[in-house]
Amino acid sequence: MDLNILERLKLPSEGIRVADRRLLQGNESICEGAIAAGVRFYAGYPITPCTEIAEQMSIRQAAVGGVYLQMEDEVGSIHAVMGASLTGTKSMTATAGPGISLMQDGIGWTQTDEIPALIVNVQRAGPGLGNATRSGQMDIMQARWGPNGDREAIVLSPSTVEESFWLTLKAVNLSERFQTGVITVPEGLVGLMREVVDIPDYDTVPIETRLMPDDEGAADPSRIYDGTMTEIRPFAAVGTEHRSINGNWMRPETDATHGVRMPLTGLSAQDYNIRRLHHKITERRDEVTFVEEVYTDDAEVLLIAFGTQARTARFAVDQLREKGVKAGLLRLITLFPFPEEIVQRAAANANLVIVPEMNMGQIRGEVTRVLRQHPAEIVGVNHVDSTYIEPDEIMELVPVAARHLEGAAV
Amino acid sequence: MTTIEASPAAAPARKRSAPKPMEETIEFYGNVPDENEGKHFRYCPGCGLGIAQSAIMRAFERLELDPKEIVTVGGSGCYAVMGSYYQASQAHMGHGRAAAMGTAIKLCRPDLTVVTLQGDGDALAIGAQHFVHAARRNIDITVIVFNNFVYGETGGQHGPTTPRETITQTSPYGMVENDFDVVDIALGSGAGYAARTTVYHAQHMVRAIEGAIQHKGFSVVEILQNCHELWGKRNGMPTAPDMLKWYKDNSITAARAAKLEPEDILGKFIIGTWTGPERPELGEEWRKLVDRVQGGEVEAAKRGSGKPPALA
Repeated sequence: MDLNILERLKLPSEGIRVADRRLLQGNESICEGAIAAGVRFYAGYPITPCTEIAEQMSIRQAAVGGVYLQMEDEVGSIHAVMGASLTGTKSMTATAGPGISLMQDGIGWTQTDEIPALIVNVQRAGPGLGNATRSGQMDIMQARWGPNGDREAIVLSPSTVEESFWLTLKAVNLSERFQTGVITVPEGLVGLMREVVDIPDYDTVPIETRLMPDDEGAADPSRIYDGTMTEIRPFAAVGTEHRSINGNWMRPETDATHGVRMPLTGLSAQDYNIRRLHHKITERRDEVTFVEEVYTDDAEVLLIAFGTQARTARFAVDQLREKGVKAGLLRLITLFPFPEEIVQRAAANANLVIVPEMNMGQIRGEVTRVLRQHPAEIVGVNHVDSTYIEPDEIMELVPVAARHLEGAAV
Repeated sequence: MTTIEASPAAAPARKRSAPKPMEETIEFYGNVPDENEGKHFRYCPGCGLGIAQSAIMRAFERLELDPKEIVTVGGSGCYAVMGSYYQASQAHMGHGRAAAMGTAIKLCRPDLTVVTLQGDGDALAIGAQHFVHAARRNIDITVIVFNNFVYGETGGQHGPTTPRETITQTSPYGMVENDFDVVDIALGSGAGYAARTTVYHAQHMVRAIEGAIQHKGFSVVEILQNCHELWGKRNGMPTAPDMLKWYKDNSITAARAAKLEPEDILGKFIIGTWTGPERPELGEEWRKLVDRVQGGEVEAAKRGSGKPPALA
């Protein structure tokens, strides 16, 4: 078991017992991570390259006493996930390409009406129909900004099959903790490749469950309305002693769920709630920010990458170091909320920042935004043909290394 | 309005005991807006939703349901606030998605009574796919469709049930499209119970809803409702009494319609209760499957069953 993965994801490793070692496909690994986290409801509509998640869930949910429901479309899937979550059941869906576009409405509801859910977008390449069997990183900004209206979103990107297991588990934990729809964006390549995974005993993994009204401390009014715009309110499931009211996020004063009336109405309630939907996550940024840093302490050439492209970027960093270039890699596991301070810190000594990604520069835009007062040159390496970015393509951008590549004296 | 051939079934018989005073029912099931706090019912004066809202409460009472064990699910429309007027839990969320959400709620909590409150547009335009597939799956939920022939909340545009040639805000020359028949679609999609009633026939409405909730499997109640403000006024019936009288004069029972010639029932609202063939209920089937899988009686057939299916 790779303890580094757990450490990066801020998951306590004490007590976790390895039960098995298996060659798993990424999509299977995602299923198992979700089941380990306690997901007992899956609704989805089959779509390449994530069909194996549906297939595996149809086997596994029956075995673990959950529910597998194949819906008529992705819109129905995400709403079924919400319905299940309203009963307190941990729920998820998986989709890709046009499917994730169809789900945006429902994803917005999970984040606005604070209904825990996991949404997995196994990214195919391209807009529109896209290229179903090819990998891409083109749904990054959509994951943050897809649904209408303003709300914060937690978006996570795994780069290996083993990490997919733990990241999926962590994503479910975060959805419960923050009562929101958490999105993971493994690429088709991660979903379809096979790697060795140490499977833990599911009874020993760290899982979180949403705060419920009868939980200790939940009735404390300061946890329900403390006026700080960061509070996470107890979740009243349907069919309990507590009346569950959903779909009126703008009117917290009518929220009888928690027996507390908020002293806000109308537009001030709207203002309060929109700010709270942001602040409840951004004010707890440390809990949701995960990165991997390689030689960033003294990096003069900083690579910022995520997903599979961070794996080739890592090769480039090693080769640059061999040539005497102080190169470093910042791998973003959390894409949103964008790890602004970590990017700024890692780039402190950099005169060149390279962002390799399989799109036209979506994360480069974020990097440029947060380094707007930084003198470093920021360049992208962008593939949109579903081929992977070779280390040489990154090295070509570093003058010293480029000369070496051309056979010139270093 | 006609209905495909189906066996007219009797609605549940009236209970012998006298109904409780409405005040008691409202006290137990209702969550009436407090006028002292400046809150009012959001319906227009005379809106048929008030009658429907009461009938639904009456049905809850006849079935002695615990409000904590009821969930109403709905989408967008004038009726969308109705859930908040009950003591039950409510999820009035995505437009048209109630059947999808309700299916999931019922699968996870089979002990709950799940009632969707939907408009004609919600159930049969934007949410039609979820409606027909919930019926096909025969999940044990009750869908109540408030059919007022028009999109009320947005100001009176035509919808999937707007009768031909009638005037709406988006059919100013008269509606050129054909309309849906809610009961036909329900039965054709696999619902085991479908009823049609009107706001004039309030007592029948209570029994129709009671029967629907009692029915094990997917059930639909279409409530023909008056929107005199946005549809009636543009079609010669400017007041609530005009429209109630229209429903009274133009409705015939399914039992009576069965004895009449087709031309005699043309243009009439046929009210009554219909049952479809008995089919397995999704939740029950899924739980049986889980038991068999967990009991080791069946394994996932990765290589197929090895035999041609016996189709029902």
